[in-house]
Amino acid sequence: MALRAVAFLFCCVNAVAAADPSAVGSTNIFAPESTPARSILHLSILVLTVTGTIFAVVSALLVYSISKFRARSASANSEPAQVYGSTQIELAWTIIPILIVVVLFVATARGIHEIQDAPMPANALQVIVIGHQFWWEYRYPQLGVVTANELHIPLSNTAHPRPTFLQLLSADTDHSFWVPVLAGKTDLIPNHPNRLWMDPQHTGIFVGQCAQYCGTQHAKMLLRVSVDSPEGFAEWVREQQRPAIAEERVAVGKRVFETTACINCHSIKGTVANGRFGPDLTHLMSRTTIAAGAALNTPENLRLWIENPDAIKRGSLMPAMQLSKSDRDALVGYLETLR
Amino acid sequence: MSSSAITSPGGQVEEKPWVDVLHEWVTTVDHKRLGILYILYALVFLVLGGIEVLIIRIQLMHSHNDFVSPQVFNRMFTMHGTTMIFFVAMPVLFGFANYLIPLMIGARDMAFPRLNAFSFWLSAFGGLLLYFSFLGGSGLYGAGNAPDVGWWAYAPLTARAFSPGHSSDYWTLALLVSGFGSIGTAINIIATVLCLRCPGMKLTRMPLFAWLNLVMAGMVLIVITPLSAAQIMLLIDRYLGGHFFDAQAGGSAVLWMHFFWIFGHPEVYVLIIPCFAFMSEIIPVFSRKPIFGYPVMVAATVCIGFVSLSVWAHHMFTVGMNSYANSFFAITTMAVGVPTGIKIFNWIGTMWGGRIQFKTPMLFSIAFLFQFLIAGLTGIMLACVPFDWQLSLSYFVVAHFHYVIVGGILFALFGAFYYWYPKMTGRMLNERLGKWHFWLFLIGFHLTFDVMHIPGLLGMPRRIYTYEPGRGWDTLNLIVTIGAFIQAAAILVFVWNLISSYFNGEKAGNDPWDAWTLEWSASSPPLPYNFAKVPVVASRRPLWDLKHPEDPDSQYE
Repeated sequence: MALRAVAFLFCCVNAVAAADPSAVGSTNIFAPESTPARSILHLSILVLTVTGTIFAVVSALLVYSISKFRARSASANSEPAQVYGSTQIELAWTIIPILIVVVLFVATARGIHEIQDAPMPANALQVIVIGHQFWWEYRYPQLGVVTANELHIPLSNTAHPRPTFLQLLSADTDHSFWVPVLAGKTDLIPNHPNRLWMDPQHTGIFVGQCAQYCGTQHAKMLLRVSVDSPEGFAEWVREQQRPAIAEERVAVGKRVFETTACINCHSIKGTVANGRFGPDLTHLMSRTTIAAGAALNTPENLRLWIENPDAIKRGSLMPAMQLSKSDRDALVGYLETLR
Repeated sequence: MSSSAITSPGGQVEEKPWVDVLHEWVTTVDHKRLGILYILYALVFLVLGGIEVLIIRIQLMHSHNDFVSPQVFNRMFTMHGTTMIFFVAMPVLFGFANYLIPLMIGARDMAFPRLNAFSFWLSAFGGLLLYFSFLGGSGLYGAGNAPDVGWWAYAPLTARAFSPGHSSDYWTLALLVSGFGSIGTAINIIATVLCLRCPGMKLTRMPLFAWLNLVMAGMVLIVITPLSAAQIMLLIDRYLGGHFFDAQAGGSAVLWMHFFWIFGHPEVYVLIIPCFAFMSEIIPVFSRKPIFGYPVMVAATVCIGFVSLSVWAHHMFTVGMNSYANSFFAITTMAVGVPTGIKIFNWIGTMWGGRIQFKTPMLFSIAFLFQFLIAGLTGIMLACVPFDWQLSLSYFVVAHFHYVIVGGILFALFGAFYYWYPKMTGRMLNERLGKWHFWLFLIGFHLTFDVMHIPGLLGMPRRIYTYEPGRGWDTLNLIVTIGAFIQAAAILVFVWNLISSYFNGEKAGNDPWDAWTLEWSASSPPLPYNFAKVPVVASRRPLWDLKHPEDPDSQYE
């Protein structure tokens, strides 16, 4: 019965999750796409079954006792038999829960070990994830790639096993990396490196967001993980490794970028801009969103973002740049070439 | 205190000028008046915290809502959490403990009446200080008013770089000040229970209410200390160039988490154990049977008290502790479920074979049992560390702890209000309004908090002021918001009941529930000195012995 209840719960959750057809990738914890998330699902089925059974038994006892032992008007004046306790019964309802705890603990300890202590294979992709107020920086030390907010990782199936191991750091406050279908969440804490791994078995876009309150715009610190085929990933890496192309027709915009405060915070490889406070813009146009997923990466949104970031993401640390309209247009024109 | 200050409703109070009445209340050291002050003070903050959460719920009604700014939203959830824990739950429970413990153990006051008053006014001042931040928090920086760092105030968000102005200082100082008040009250409860029991009341004959509050007070002494220490360290960091929590200078953000949660988790038990105490008094009386397994209930409570001191880091499974630490805190957390389960079984055992009367206090108690069971089971889920990696910091965990705090603590408190209001005022609360209050609140509660689990399972993190459409969270959040307003309506019914019954309620008499503990032998409301003659007891249920001389409990104990 409890199993059926658990199955029913899954159906409900999945139905709610599937109700919206416009959904960009699921964030349902019961729809795993990667080994850590899948082992958590298996553990959760056990836990839900056990707790479901306990709930059924105890609430049945409770309902029985309130319906069976309600005061009837006939007996209103006499008191029931005064019972003070029973050692045998107390022992029974002490020992049975202890046994249940032992079972759950063993399953939990195994789950912790499987996920947390998994050794990193030699061919694993390593990514350093740095949490910032309110965006994500990704650095691929093996590949010399730096990007932001949209993480690209390769597929890892039985034909090409290649898990991704993330090293989690923070540049300011606490954050938490959470893409529910790939793995449980792990915090990014300054001066306290953490590790998280995933081996997605299907290509696609998987979304998530910061789960640890990190300040004003915690809500719009979104993230997406693009799982690419091995070839697609190699192609993406090649693109990202190239320096920015400086097209002659956008020289004005480039000059605006290089002579204003933009370069204090942003980097563009191959130019003087080497700021680390904001996202690397070398291949800005390869990303589908800006402002950590708060808006789509369109020329209109870029222009609005430069003119008044608060209109897209109130409280973000990007300042309004106070550029003239012609400078702004030139700058957006230049950014548009950063493919 | 003048001994003529017997406040019977509509009686002598009106004959005195209001300044005198006010003066008497402000300078009182009477445990009953201080108890009532604590309770009224908590009710005011309950309304404030409730308004804050309604703002939160309106904002989250649908995706990309623009009711309040992210800054305001963040202040609202910080103030809601801080208010409800420190300035509603703790004072209201201290209020009941203050009022009832001396009456239940046959004493004439608490052990240290002046310390009692001092503690209350410290707590009250702490609450005012917190709310003064709305005016003063901005400081010279114009940097926002009320604190917006969450009620855990994780480092380094509280560092001056991330929290300029004074809002975090108001948070810190408010908790520090009210923490000293809590320590004073805890000392007082311990001394009262250990030293002022009436003749014949051995520890083994003490009402469970006194026992459980004794355990609670012991825990307060232990856990408020690290919280206060952490607040002082934070102040040193912010103003004296300390680096306890400053990760950029070699400090540790994780250190704050340990300090906070070694307070924060036992705090949950500090709040729930007095509610167990209410249950252990109310359920027997309305089942017409003594509590099932009194010694086991005491042992289980003491056991919870000790084990709950070793579970704090289950709030930190996502922080990246090693697998041994994670396993340790998983097993201690699960282990605390055993004595807690024993208590639930014993309450059912008390009802089993009884003649249950479904008066309003009992309705709230039954709902408490049912909801606390669910809260405990979702707690077990959260103790399974890998499962917690998904559930933690999501709306699932928000639903879980509101199940504990609202479904458990608040329901138990409502039961206690209906049960002891006649003793405190001399008048019954209206039973019809009570049923309305109960059913409305029950429906609102389940609409809100049953549904709230699901967005968590669908990946919705807590503390976000808005969310993206298309994740399946919209409808669920709308239902949650509707439930919140139904609960607010129920609270209005309750407040109206408290006020109208005070003036027009049915006269209660000394013992309206035909109960068994000593407070029901005093007049309603009790005289300033409680008992004309100090009672002598021979069993756990002295009034049962009086009412049933042919079959007294003292024969069996």
